[in-house]
Amino acid sequence: MYTFSSKLKTFSIALVILGALGMAYGFFTAPKTTDEIKEMMQHAESSHEATVAEHATASTHEAVTNEHKAEGEHTTDTHDAHAAEHHLEHMLMQAQNRPWAAMYVAMIFFLLISVCVLVFYAMQRAASAGWSPVLFRVMEGLTAYIVPGSILILLFLIYSSVGHGNHLFAWMYTSIDPTAENYDFAMVTKDWWLNIPGWLIRSVIYVSIWIGFRHLILKNSRAQDEATDTKHFMKSFNYSVLFLALFLLSELFMAFDWLMAIDHHWFSQLYPFYVFSSMLVTAITIIALVTVYLKSRGFLPNVNDSHIHDLGKYMFGFSIFWAYLWFDQFMLQWYANIPEEVVYFMPRLLGEYQPLFIGMVFLNFTFPLLLLMNKTYKNKPWFLGITGLAIIVGHYIDVFVMIAPGTVGNELHFGIPEIGAILFFLGLFIFFTFNALTKAPLHAKGNPFMKESEVYQYH
Amino acid sequence: MSSKVIHALYDDDEVLLTAVKEVRAADHHIEEIFTPFPVHGLDHAMGLAPTKIAITAFMYGVTGLSFSIWFLYLIMIKDWPQNIGGKPSFSFAENMPAFVPIMFEMTVFFAAHLMVITFYMRSKIWPFQTASNPDPRTTDDKFLMEIAVDGNESELTSLLEKTGAIEITVKENH
Repeated sequence: MYTFSSKLKTFSIALVILGALGMAYGFFTAPKTTDEIKEMMQHAESSHEATVAEHATASTHEAVTNEHKAEGEHTTDTHDAHAAEHHLEHMLMQAQNRPWAAMYVAMIFFLLISVCVLVFYAMQRAASAGWSPVLFRVMEGLTAYIVPGSILILLFLIYSSVGHGNHLFAWMYTSIDPTAENYDFAMVTKDWWLNIPGWLIRSVIYVSIWIGFRHLILKNSRAQDEATDTKHFMKSFNYSVLFLALFLLSELFMAFDWLMAIDHHWFSQLYPFYVFSSMLVTAITIIALVTVYLKSRGFLPNVNDSHIHDLGKYMFGFSIFWAYLWFDQFMLQWYANIPEEVVYFMPRLLGEYQPLFIGMVFLNFTFPLLLLMNKTYKNKPWFLGITGLAIIVGHYIDVFVMIAPGTVGNELHFGIPEIGAILFFLGLFIFFTFNALTKAPLHAKGNPFMKESEVYQYH
Repeated sequence: MSSKVIHALYDDDEVLLTAVKEVRAADHHIEEIFTPFPVHGLDHAMGLAPTKIAITAFMYGVTGLSFSIWFLYLIMIKDWPQNIGGKPSFSFAENMPAFVPIMFEMTVFFAAHLMVITFYMRSKIWPFQTASNPDPRTTDDKFLMEIAVDGNESELTSLLEKTGAIEITVKENH
């Protein structure tokens, strides 16, 4: 039985408190009025003379994505006062979005890690894998964050939509009435899908699939420990197969609704798979790191180098898979050069997010590729740790770059609110995960493949 | 080198694996083992040095990548720039995304083909080479272990019989 060390518990609670302070700081320092925005702009203009030209190109882009129709006049020389005021209001919304966006990035990041651990676990069950049962309880523990994480995100989505708490989702503030000031041509064809009631109902369906199947699979896994037949094992198998099919559907639409709809003028068919590949490799990395940690504490006597080696192989393989999708999504749209598609890459590839957008390829692809290529490095805790850290940081950046340009705007902001949100949700994640690990023996002794897993040896 | 070898035939790969361990534990040198398919863990049990083919694969991959970069630069940028879909045709860096699939394919092509050729060369398999396995049954369902005899023929034979060999023959080395 695993016991949650008080040191780790204190550490996770400290992270939550520190993170909450950081997020609170973000909310308090967010500008309240357009006057503050004006002041900030003047300040920025005097210190960044060189970037004025970039601002001009950035505002052409805004004209396309903006929910305010009047915005388009901004690029012409004749500034009328009305348009300028609109622009300021828009900037204010973006500045006020920043702490919310920071929270949303971290919230989605940790929730999807947890969900993807469940997916990886279900894959092992559906494939009747013989190597992994010694790791099953670690994976089960890591799925514990799905429940609190889903509740938090539902509250957040309700507050963002019905509560009008922020302007993260610009499509909510558009109209399909051509005479309205906030008329948006793109929404005419998308309104039947992107509307607040449907969006919230779908969100509830997604998280209920995840929570429900987690409960069913885990219940049977625990029951199998004391069972004399394989009835519960077969049930877990059936639920896992069903979950994988339903998960893929839920993830497909989840990625459209929660992430892609932020840039609601833009679309990409392989976006959901891109999000999935990104979060799956992070989930496997987290499994590997937690396994190494627990093994170093002496809690997993049956885990040998070969199990760690296999996790290393998955980290390596899925990193390459992620890079493939990252490049695929980019290259097709770069080559086609259609304005409404290219608009997504303007702030990311050419704007201020460029260092992150390009840099994460080094963290998520080049680094794992070179470090984990050699067979003997894949089970060295040191190498796994360094590579794992790069992968986790890299994929956090990935989610950040998915969300931030569409919500906070074309200028890159990274500071206390973002770090605070990471710490807050990391603390919650650690707390719920390690708390769940104490709930069942770390050795799933009833699993019929257990013997095979215990003696598993990679040649 | 001794002039005689002993050939022990097995009909199961698990039996063969334990036999290899026993023979090595008794301090006999196994010359070669012929199997109809790769037996997992056999190289480890025989105490062979780990294969270096992965290193050659990496080097071939790097060669393929470098070759494709040079090749694409030469044909698409330097020698005959073409306007394809309005993409920048005078700069390799700006046109690079279009070349990535080719660079990837060339890397895989070089690594795969040269690795296979290297493996053939290393295993002395080339055109017009005659088969070197002493018993044609090792291409069907039998496993053959070849051990050098050094005046200890009867001792070896009894040991091999104990390990479950189905047929033991002593032959002149050729």
